Amino acid sequence: MAGEKTTGLFHDPPASPWSIPWRRWGVTDGSPFAPHTAAETSAMLDAIGASDVESLFDIPETVRYDGEFGIEAHDEQGVRDSVAETLGNNDDLIEFLGRGHYAHYVPSLVDHLADRSEFLTSYTQYQPEVTQGFLQVLFEYQSMLVELTGLAIANASMYDHATALGEAALLAGRVGATGERVLVPDLIRAERRRVLENYVQGIGVEVATYPTTDGNVDVEGLKAMANDGVELIYAESPNTRGVIEEHLDAVADIAHEHDALSCLGTDPVALALLERPADVGIDIVIGDAAALGLDTAYGMGLGMFACHEEYLRQVPGRLVGASEDSRGNRAYTLTLQTREQHIRRERATSNICTNQAWVALRTAMHIASLGAEGLLGLAEQCVDLPRTLAERLNGITGLQAPVHDRHHFREFVAHTDQPARAIADDLAAEGFAVHAVDEHELQLCVTDHNAHMMGDLVAELEVLA
Amino acid sequence: MKYDQARWDREGDVYEPLLAEKDQTSVAVDSSLPDDLTRDELTLPSLEEPELARHYTRLSQMNYGIESGPYPLGSCTMKYNPKFTEDLAANPKAAVHPDREPETIQGVLELLYRLQDYLGRIGGMDAVTLQPAAGAAGEFTGIQIARAYHDHNGEGHRSEIIVPDSAHGTNPASAAMAGYDVVEIPSEEGRVDLDALEAALSDETAALMLTNPNTLGLFEREIEAIAKLVHDAGGLLYYDGANLNALLGRARPGDKGFDIMHYNVHKTFATPHGGGGPGAGPVGVLDELAEFLPEPVVRQDPDGRYEWHEPEHTIGKVHGFHGNWLVLIKAVGYIMRLGDAGLADASAKAILNANYLAEQIEYEVPYRPFHHEFVASAGNQDAAEVAKRMLDHGVHPPTTKWPTLVEEALMTEPTEIETKASLDELADAFNAVWEEGSESFPDAPHRTTAGRIDQASAARNPRLSWQNLFE
Repeated sequence: MAGEKTTGLFHDPPASPWSIPWRRWGVTDGSPFAPHTAAETSAMLDAIGASDVESLFDIPETVRYDGEFGIEAHDEQGVRDSVAETLGNNDDLIEFLGRGHYAHYVPSLVDHLADRSEFLTSYTQYQPEVTQGFLQVLFEYQSMLVELTGLAIANASMYDHATALGEAALLAGRVGATGERVLVPDLIRAERRRVLENYVQGIGVEVATYPTTDGNVDVEGLKAMANDGVELIYAESPNTRGVIEEHLDAVADIAHEHDALSCLGTDPVALALLERPADVGIDIVIGDAAALGLDTAYGMGLGMFACHEEYLRQVPGRLVGASEDSRGNRAYTLTLQTREQHIRRERATSNICTNQAWVALRTAMHIASLGAEGLLGLAEQCVDLPRTLAERLNGITGLQAPVHDRHHFREFVAHTDQPARAIADDLAAEGFAVHAVDEHELQLCVTDHNAHMMGDLVAELEVLA
Repeated sequence: MKYDQARWDREGDVYEPLLAEKDQTSVAVDSSLPDDLTRDELTLPSLEEPELARHYTRLSQMNYGIESGPYPLGSCTMKYNPKFTEDLAANPKAAVHPDREPETIQGVLELLYRLQDYLGRIGGMDAVTLQPAAGAAGEFTGIQIARAYHDHNGEGHRSEIIVPDSAHGTNPASAAMAGYDVVEIPSEEGRVDLDALEAALSDETAALMLTNPNTLGLFEREIEAIAKLVHDAGGLLYYDGANLNALLGRARPGDKGFDIMHYNVHKTFATPHGGGGPGAGPVGVLDELAEFLPEPVVRQDPDGRYEWHEPEHTIGKVHGFHGNWLVLIKAVGYIMRLGDAGLADASAKAILNANYLAEQIEYEVPYRPFHHEFVASAGNQDAAEVAKRMLDHGVHPPTTKWPTLVEEALMTEPTEIETKASLDELADAFNAVWEEGSESFPDAPHRTTAGRIDQASAARNPRLSWQNLFE
């Protein structure tokens, strides 16, 4: 059995022309990350007074597992080769995809410094004296979100946009009197809404839809839906179809007329340019902050969460605060932990423990790398690029773009005379991925990531559309 | 072993200054958008790359990670994070968008399928979702699955979740978040008290959440009786995977009566903790619950292609897309690297290390036989103060003051990665503090970047951004 492993013995080490120290890199008959020699194991067992390692397991025979998982061990090179080979089965497509998952060029500085093991391999900062570095980065991240949103409080991260929306609804339920409904726009991503529905199921709140007109909130339609049973009204800018919302002040006003909270879904790049949510009366800002900091990551995100100061003690998740140490210096620490599950248990503001701290660190590094001018320039590019692409597509017979005669951010919807699905499939065959969002609608997202391929995409669409 | 942590001491009573103390640049917004849609200006630190590189390098040196030294936090499983897994996740071919057509990302789906399969085998579960982004998210997912199952069977009235008093705080918090009443039961000799459990079970019981081995490191030897009681009452048995590192290859939750479990891949499968996250909390279930999993799950079609599948009675979504993909890749790589024997060896050496360390320290360990972690008692010393002083002896301290079943708890999990020599150093740190006694505590730690931090004033006067400091 593996418990009796001695390091240095191997199952059929593959023949290699190199003189490789197999103890570390080869296939071992134990864990390559459990560095015990046979002599050490023996000495430790002697100290314990046990005959063998298996005798230390206090597991009744009837529930012992004697089978095998059937999982083959690999040497390090073997794993890397195998995973690379598997990922090689992905088609190489130039993606013009957005709809809630965005990425911009991530400077090398972010990868190299975020990967410093003192950051990457540390735990939550429950011993602040020895984890000042990470705490300071999170404090800086919170501060950047305060600048971007205009709201007084930002937490140290949630999982993603959708779960942050769920937490916003739960917060609204805690501070509101008679919450029965959360209102969301008809354009919301179905997946995002389904997460929200799971979050509010336990507090008996339902999710209802209000209409949009031409990609913006239908203010009269929203007014007709709003009543005193509403606890939260949610809007997005830019929204799922890439449209910048022009009625956020009305959304906030309608919410406040009914003692409900207003919540905006957005991202840090958009916030660098668009009106500050706090200035138009938004109470909670959520979204995916990993538009900065992470490359395209198959939907892995960073839940942003910021709100007014009056909800401070209802905030979910971790907060980093400044204090003083015994030398009289400023020092940082997790604070207001009595909101959290490890102290408050079933009365906690959220069940969240593990969060996305390292992604927040990457995002803070990315924002710092860009600086004010760089971030604003990136945001302006997110307005200019889709405008340029839409204009070019609009000149193609069979395409009309953008569908919404409004302002766009990163992406827009185009009407197609031909079936959109067929065009998207044909484009995939030519090496491009776009969204087919309706029978005659394509959606295209263009950023610094793929702008250099815009001309090729246009050329393909001239043929295919 | 002792060490002095890096520290930059500046005039003005700060260590490394904040970015905003180094620079604040305001840029006026002048955009092609209408003025009423844009902000007036944006103010952010704007430093050049060399300055930023020093800023973050210094901050990293003011932080303790698993490569700095022992990190024996109980129930956190602070393993070494193999370097090669970072390279797996950095593969440019992994950088794909979640709305890609499944046909065009067969590689991604195959890796996800492989991980679903591995986790199912390791936990003895029949179906797995990888969507939950953390352990607590897995718990919430599992409870939603339990609710959907009971609703489906016309048992939607069940309103209670039972947790032992030794459970992680996330268990009751997740149950409450899902709208359940939490019924806490006392422990008997550190384990579930069968009489108390029987008294708590009723027609209202939706599930019992259990960690096994529990937070004291004790295996719940009566697990079969527990499972029978819960199932006879019509409830489900939920396994909190926080301590799965104790059981790899020795026992599987799915074989011992558990219906639902979550895995903490950032614990058991060595993905980095990242200063608090991201992790991943996949959930496994037995066959009878498979159709309630979040949608979608990956399956293989008869031609060997991979596709998304929506379970018939799915609870819906628990993450906006497919979870923490970059973390899941690392977990696949770790499991492939170790294989059956390596996984079994990880548990063997984890339990060996915990038992050896406990033998070397002066602090009493009241509950035995423990597995991969033990809870020592600081006795008449304050456990939180012991931890602060241990920092001066070159190690990260254990989890303190919890579980409360042990007076002044020092919850300790060295994991399999420590050598005998590093365990001896860790023991030296425990014992040095034991011998020094309380007199050494008041102003510890000394050798860390920051001295003792005033927690009370941080909470009394919250300053949560540099804007608060400068106003």
